[in-house]
Amino acid sequence: MGALGHYLEAEGIPTTQVSLVREHTEALQPPRALWVPFMLGRPFGVPGDAGFQTRVLQAALRLFERPEGPVLEDFPEEAPLIDAAEDPGDLVCPVSFPRLAGQGTLVEQLRDEVEQLGAWHDVAVKLRGRTTLGVTGLTVPELVAYVASWLEQTGETSFRADVRPADALRLACEELRAYYFEAKSVQPGARSGADVQRWYWQETAAGRAVRQIRAQTGRSPDAAVKALAESGLVPRAVDRSES
Amino acid sequence: MVRLTDLSPPDRDNMLKKVPTLPRLAGHPWATGPALAQRRVAIVTTAGIHLRGDRPFAPGSQGTEYRVIPAEANPDDLVMSHVSVNFDRVGFQRDWNVVFPLQPLKALALQKWIGAVAAFHYSFMGAVSPVTRYEAKARELAAHLRADRVDAVVLSPV
Repeated sequence: MGALGHYLEAEGIPTTQVSLVREHTEALQPPRALWVPFMLGRPFGVPGDAGFQTRVLQAALRLFERPEGPVLEDFPEEAPLIDAAEDPGDLVCPVSFPRLAGQGTLVEQLRDEVEQLGAWHDVAVKLRGRTTLGVTGLTVPELVAYVASWLEQTGETSFRADVRPADALRLACEELRAYYFEAKSVQPGARSGADVQRWYWQETAAGRAVRQIRAQTGRSPDAAVKALAESGLVPRAVDRSES
Repeated sequence: MVRLTDLSPPDRDNMLKKVPTLPRLAGHPWATGPALAQRRVAIVTTAGIHLRGDRPFAPGSQGTEYRVIPAEANPDDLVMSHVSVNFDRVGFQRDWNVVFPLQPLKALALQKWIGAVAAFHYSFMGAVSPVTRYEAKARELAAHLRADRVDAVVLSPV
């Protein structure tokens, strides 16, 4: 990020940046940077709080008023650890599935879980008017079937001719995770991003499925698949907590 | 929340081990422009976001490819294909502006706090190593920004 600012500025384009890792910004010394004390993934602090985001944006833009640089300033506000629960209004989860969780094969558990979460995901889409699914172009059932094909080791294939199997697997696992996160985030109760992550990796069949795929593909003859298994499927923090 | 001391030990170690590998970039370029109320502002993010249907980012494309996001993009248009699994996605899923603050920027333009919002914004996938890989595309991007009369860029990491 700091290097990007340096090169754009060298071409005559004035830049200001948000910095999430102060130590990196100190080393690179870009022209103007605002360090923020927010979690990785949230450079403007608080989702759903336009006022907070605007204060961060204005603080970054005000660095253009400085007469000389490099400038590295700290943003003074902290972001809350816990996301406020979203107000569902009169939207309610329309279906419940009285199925016993945790029975059957892992693939069957995954299918059941995805189906049950579908009701919550529908609420999430209605509430927000958007979803971040759609990178793969697969429907949710197709996505589950594709992930299941890796679990069942029916061949390391892609779902698109122009996407390598390793990249296809990564995108599918990420999209599956996005589906779970979006569904979970509208269920009652306030929670942090870390709570959602912990839930996904420790309590869901999907989390177990991706970890199992990771273990299986660690022995893949495809170097890209093997590299993905080493560092691209399971977050470092989750990985370390298991070892 | 997250200073390095707040990160998990593996994430903290990963961030710290990068510090001595970062290059000393030559000089301290410093470009100037008019008052904020006259500036035309673009956002350049390294969050690996793009329009649904765009080619997803793939490993190896860090810093060497970018995607174009028109100012008219709708919230439902944007998806993320960043290769890293080590940062929060929940915030972006709830509200894209926490990563790519286009709506607050438009509000500032309406208030005349800034001059205007650029017609086009850009997205790289970060986690670039070495960071000098950005140079060619950054210089290419500068020409597009100049053509769009942009005189202020907000760089947003993830």
